[in-house]
Amino acid sequence: MDELYRDYILDHYKRPRNFGRLEPHDLEWHDHNPLCGDDLGVHLLVEDGRIADLRFHGQGCAISQAAASIASQELIGMTLDEVSALSAEWMIDLLGIDISPTRRKCALLSLKVMRGATTGDASWPTGSADD
Amino acid sequence: MGPLTTQRMAAVRADFPLLAREQNGRRLVYLDSAATSQKPQSVIDAISDYYRHSNANIHRGVYSLAREATDLYENARARVAAFCGWDAATTIFTRNATEAINLVAYAWGRHNLAAGDEVLISHMEHHSNIVPWQLLCQERGARLRYLSVSSEGTLSLDELAAVLAEGRVKLVAIAHVSNVLGTINPVAEIVARARGAGAVTLVDGSQAVPQLDVDVAGIGADFYAWTGHKALGPTGIGVLHARRELLESMPPFLGGGDMISAVDFDSSTWNELPWKFEAGTSAIAEGVGLGAAVDYLSALGMENVRRHERTLTAYALERLVEIPGLRLFGPRDADARGGVVSFALAGVHPHDIAELCDREAVCIRAGHHCAQPLMRRMGVPATARASFHVYNTREDVDRLIEALATTRAVFEL
Repeated sequence: MDELYRDYILDHYKRPRNFGRLEPHDLEWHDHNPLCGDDLGVHLLVEDGRIADLRFHGQGCAISQAAASIASQELIGMTLDEVSALSAEWMIDLLGIDISPTRRKCALLSLKVMRGATTGDASWPTGSADD
Repeated sequence: MGPLTTQRMAAVRADFPLLAREQNGRRLVYLDSAATSQKPQSVIDAISDYYRHSNANIHRGVYSLAREATDLYENARARVAAFCGWDAATTIFTRNATEAINLVAYAWGRHNLAAGDEVLISHMEHHSNIVPWQLLCQERGARLRYLSVSSEGTLSLDELAAVLAEGRVKLVAIAHVSNVLGTINPVAEIVARARGAGAVTLVDGSQAVPQLDVDVAGIGADFYAWTGHKALGPTGIGVLHARRELLESMPPFLGGGDMISAVDFDSSTWNELPWKFEAGTSAIAEGVGLGAAVDYLSALGMENVRRHERTLTAYALERLVEIPGLRLFGPRDADARGGVVSFALAGVHPHDIAELCDREAVCIRAGHHCAQPLMRRMGVPATARASFHVYNTREDVDRLIEALATTRAVFEL
């Protein structure tokens, strides 16, 4: 088996969870990875400061799309404060594969979009879980 | 010179030391020459020899060494100019094609474009032939217009004629060869029509000079820009061939040393052409290296280079359609295109294709290729792209086909 394109990565890429749109929604954000043209948006429903539901939408490489799908399962139920505290390493650890520097932005695009929607911060996620 | 024989082609490969490299135990297959070409030993030696034996600043020193450096640089310019059928005095060395185009946008565009004027480019331009015109048009209140690209990846001369007939186009700037589609545009015809409508013309020859027998005088463009590093030369050196009367009427682009005749407290007078447009110490070793690159290409014969690229492109087009789910972009006729093939594979993003090809030691490009407007026109976020030069072989194409089959297997297609 390929060390990057593992079964579960390809499974999430081909059958992404929580993909589509939510109408109506409370929060939304959209961004892209200029390097390879990955494109991702998110719609969020928020209840009592928690993410009640979400949908990602867009297109991109297997890593960016699988990352969004895998992250979506963790993000539903989190408080907005918890989402804003998530680091880049949280996302990389969650993916469970070795990410080369050239693919890092692919892996982090979904977290970037989530942070944009919840905090308005449009910067790339940084930092380790201990920051 | 006759066609390149198999033996000669094997010798050509051996001229490029990097191609001896292995990756994961396999011979490296380099299919990204449209991004930058590999360099023959003669170019590497020319740069190395220059620094080891001849380095001095040019155009100043009276000592022999400085004269030698100046001669090497200016002789390189003369050969580079002749290689493209142009005159040395109106062949300006820049950092790259992007700087050459910016030179025109700043030194010609700012002084000749007014509100309501139009700059006409096409949807298949590289960002380097889009963004300088966007900046210029924003500054001057001019309008940037685009010629559309057909589903076959070609431009329409009828559409060109219709836009020119409206009478507002002051500049037409078009790629000679598309870096994504491979399309060879009919630039001589485009230039003739633009001139007939009173417009100045710029041709971006970055993808053409490396692989076609380019005759700038025959094309007739007012400005012809290209870059050295795609034509077997070093990075950091580009070329602008331009019509003398335009260069004489233009103010300098950058101010500094070497480009002046005399400097007074409040004003200066300009050096003669081409040095008026070469401020500061030039990329001397790079100019010398580019001279060696055009010598190498001339010795091969550009008709042979073109024949080799055409044959390889035709073979790649033929083999690529064997891959299920593969979509090709650009003209299907190898006579109508240069040595670049863009494609998409159903179910696999180009970035993943390039990553999996790399595992097989095959270097291809994935992304928007600095042509985002074209990607939008084609309705894809990105493509994968294989491009060829003299050192590539049919076996390289076979290795790409193998790697694409592996890619489909990994993605369980």
